[in-house]
Amino acid sequence: MVATESTIQTVKDIERYKYGFETDIESDRAPKGLSEDIVRFISAKKEEPEWMLEWRLKAYRHWLTMEEPQWASLHYPPIDYQDSYYYAAPKRREDGPKSLDEVDPELLATYEKLGIPLKEQEALAGVAVDAVFDSVSVATTYKKKLNDLGVIFCSISEAIREHPELVQKYLGSVVPQADNFFSCLNSAVFTDGSFVYIPKGLRCPMELSTYFRINEKNTGQFERTLIIADEGAYVSYLEGCTAPQRDENQLHAAVVELVTLDDAEIKYSTVQNWYPGDENGKGGIYNFVTKRAACRGRNSKVMWTQVETGSAITWKYPSCILQGDGSVGEFYSVAITNNRQQADTGTKMIHLGKNTRSKIISKGISAGRSEQTYRGQVRIAAKASGARNFTQCDSLLIGDQCGAHTVPYIESRNPSARTEHEATASRISDDQLFYCMQRGLSAEEAVGLIVNGFCKEVLQTLPMEFAVEAQKLVNISLEGSVG
Amino acid sequence: MALIEIQNLHASVDGKEILKGVDLVIEPGTVHALMGPNGTGKSTLSNIISGRPGYQVTEGRILLNGEDIADMEPDQRANAGIFLAFQYPVEIPGVASSTFLKAAINAKRRFQGLGEIDAMEFLKLVKGKAKELGIRDDMLKRPVNVGFSGGEKKRADILQMALLQPQFAILDETDSGLDIDALRVVSEGVNSLRTADRSFLVITHYQRLLSYIVPDVVHVFAGGKIVRSGGPELAEELEAKGYADYVSAA
Repeated sequence: MVATESTIQTVKDIERYKYGFETDIESDRAPKGLSEDIVRFISAKKEEPEWMLEWRLKAYRHWLTMEEPQWASLHYPPIDYQDSYYYAAPKRREDGPKSLDEVDPELLATYEKLGIPLKEQEALAGVAVDAVFDSVSVATTYKKKLNDLGVIFCSISEAIREHPELVQKYLGSVVPQADNFFSCLNSAVFTDGSFVYIPKGLRCPMELSTYFRINEKNTGQFERTLIIADEGAYVSYLEGCTAPQRDENQLHAAVVELVTLDDAEIKYSTVQNWYPGDENGKGGIYNFVTKRAACRGRNSKVMWTQVETGSAITWKYPSCILQGDGSVGEFYSVAITNNRQQADTGTKMIHLGKNTRSKIISKGISAGRSEQTYRGQVRIAAKASGARNFTQCDSLLIGDQCGAHTVPYIESRNPSARTEHEATASRISDDQLFYCMQRGLSAEEAVGLIVNGFCKEVLQTLPMEFAVEAQKLVNISLEGSVG
Repeated sequence: MALIEIQNLHASVDGKEILKGVDLVIEPGTVHALMGPNGTGKSTLSNIISGRPGYQVTEGRILLNGEDIADMEPDQRANAGIFLAFQYPVEIPGVASSTFLKAAINAKRRFQGLGEIDAMEFLKLVKGKAKELGIRDDMLKRPVNVGFSGGEKKRADILQMALLQPQFAILDETDSGLDIDALRVVSEGVNSLRTADRSFLVITHYQRLLSYIVPDVVHVFAGGKIVRSGGPELAEELEAKGYADYVSAA
């Protein structure tokens, strides 16, 4: 059988989402649906100050006037926003865990199953983890050590209570409430997420990491992450996500805001592996995420790296607003879609400052009957003299029933700016497959090897311990995509 | 028992018959040369033996150590000991040659029930063999065949052969595009692998290669089958007279 034929035939066999288990744990939930009362309920549960409640209500009222965006190349039935729970928390003692020893062992076991040991003594050396289970953050490791350095790494709920001045100054300053439909919804109902502040001049000595897990049925997850790197600071931040395997679709609408001041740098890496649905497109996470960085300071830098393998639907454009002169934005992306997955993803690089630079490397791999779109915008403002952008978009197709689309927008208002765009689309050739198999590799191994080669440039930008995971994930995501 | 036995093999591509009754017996430890004009099906034969998709075997069979290989996938055939040195080695961007070699060695080890090769052992093994073939270390870091010269590609293929130690190797016009120095290195590499139980099928247009890799048996291939067989002297005769007689006969 010709390899491409067998590819298509066996693509349907994939059903190996190894994170698809469910944790049986009692939970505390808000009533189903969305209303001002629910927003108040969430705020009360979080013991938030009045200003936060007002902020949420303002967002909620504005959201009611908005409409879901339709411009992405995504097809899904209308989402009923009243048919979801907006708050779910593992039940615990009234006062909450003071230390990891008080965290429900059932929860720790869940994270261990996911390969995320939360017990500090077992944790990966040099990686501090904040774990978010459904709507709440359950544990943050290495807290004390980080505190001593002046780093604030905690759940956003805690930050709202403990560091209101920082939260009030930066929350919504990169992604305004009314920015888009999903960010506005998030602003009203976000339940938890991580907060990071790196003080002036500090190079954070360990990787910071957040692990998101949706466990509850019919729950939406709306997390909010805010990271601030003060002048001359540096931090590398990792984000991982999984969810149980369920027949119904679950909504995930997160907002991530990054701020870098003069000479600061944030490296933000995501390995997104939400449940993608089964081979017929049943179930899976709807992932509508707004991620944006403001490079406010001179010579500041933000580097986004994402490995997107999960979700039934992905709508995500991690972007950089390059305000500070000489600031740098980089976006490295690997997106893999299989079966019926749909992904519309890319980035925006908005050049406002002089001599700002951006680089976009996007690698899309489509298999099965999946559809993938790279959507990117490079905008160079009139004042951004000397701005430069380089964009490279490569698509790799496996089989002949998937689609890959590239939609770049480039807008330059400054004559001294330079933009470059390169794009390729290719297929794993039968010759490559046969060559590998003639050397003894199985078809799956061969595809894994070829695909890993294809996205190597991006995987290399991940922190080491993540890169190995990501490589394995690439193989798992494409299991069954050839026969 | 013969290592390879091909019995009355007929095969076609898209309904067009290319092989029209090939009979060939290869004993262990022998080198067979297959010579003939272009477009007569020599490469088709090597592709079918190694299991490349896209060909239909309509009649006959191929036995490896007495067993019919019809139902074996290309990787199973490879692990069972069949190696094809490609006429046009394929490029795999982004995959370092050393990564590829390691994957191939481990695939074979898995097949043999062994664990993965130790990283140090692998390096030592590869560097040793690479040196013998005049392959520089930096070539091992470069992506598989990407930007390799013709000679480098062929040498890289022979390196794979040296590492995988197949029972039966087919060299499909390995000499094409090689200058005289590369030809010598490649030939020496092949000769060093000649053992009492390993056999080769060397496909070539020219007698040139056969003065380096001296065959035990020479076959003339024309019109989709073997039309004449003889000793090494047959190759010299072909060099002198060309294939005209066979082309008109076929």
